[in-house]
Amino acid sequence: MQYTADITISLRRGMLDPEANAIGHALQNLGFNVDSVVTAQQFTLTFEAASPDEAREQAEKMCLRLLANPVIHQYTIGVRE
Amino acid sequence: MRFAVVAFGGSNCDYDTTHVLSDVIGVDCDRVWYKDGLKRSYDAVILPGGFSYGDYLRAGAIAARTPIMNQVKDHAEKGGLVLGICNGAQICAESGLIPGVFTINAYPKFICKPALLRVETTESPFTNQFRPHEVIHIPIAHMEGRYVPPEKKDDIQVAFRFCDKDGNLAPEANPNGSHENITGVLGGAAQNVLAMMPHPERASEEILGSTDGRRIFESMIHNIQDRSD
Repeated sequence: MQYTADITISLRRGMLDPEANAIGHALQNLGFNVDSVVTAQQFTLTFEAASPDEAREQAEKMCLRLLANPVIHQYTIGVRE
Repeated sequence: MRFAVVAFGGSNCDYDTTHVLSDVIGVDCDRVWYKDGLKRSYDAVILPGGFSYGDYLRAGAIAARTPIMNQVKDHAEKGGLVLGICNGAQICAESGLIPGVFTINAYPKFICKPALLRVETTESPFTNQFRPHEVIHIPIAHMEGRYVPPEKKDDIQVAFRFCDKDGNLAPEANPNGSHENITGVLGGAAQNVLAMMPHPERASEEILGSTDGRRIFESMIHNIQDRSD
């Protein structure tokens, strides 16, 4: 069965996000009253798996092996058919 | 004695580094294409600077997961020397050869300029030709060079920190916002891995304004010679 995993990877709390700060400044310069900006990366993957649980397990392994670096990142995984 | 310089798709300091080792210093050095693997035995493996895989995902993340890196990790586990320079340092961090990561600079732009470093240990295989706390000139060129340590910071072994001309670790002397000015981190059981953001191959000839970088390669050679004595 084909599953889609939506993986969102963001910086752990307290980690400096220089890109988000630069984007926040740019928005303020455009006149938007923005207090804070957080950036994240989204990956949408489709692959074969026997069950939603197995699909989630596969996605988790992909995060641990490549997509995220646990020193600075946290991630969330959503699985759909 | 033999060195390898591993070139990945997007490496761009592989020829400079090979030139310094082969032509300037005069040691046997192979430039190895990553797909070919390490086919000979090497005393030292160097991961050079550049933009492997276009810095996609995170700098060094994809190169760190190529098959040749399993060979490089085996080499390090057996006590062989591994030097990661700039993108090579990011690859070392992404491979777990040193603790922590090098990530986007505190002010997120590419910095290419001379830098001053303080030598934090003269005991390592990479720094035995320096004086304790010597201030040296080696340039930097990176956008993802800010060192972030892991939560457990106790076992970080530092080789170099950014400093001012008097060796002070002032915040102004820290061009990328690295944790405690750290820009050279040692790893391996015998400190046989060094990941550093500055480019020693760009400071190895008089004509380039500094030969301080050359002493890192000479330290490695000294260490290798010591082993065979």
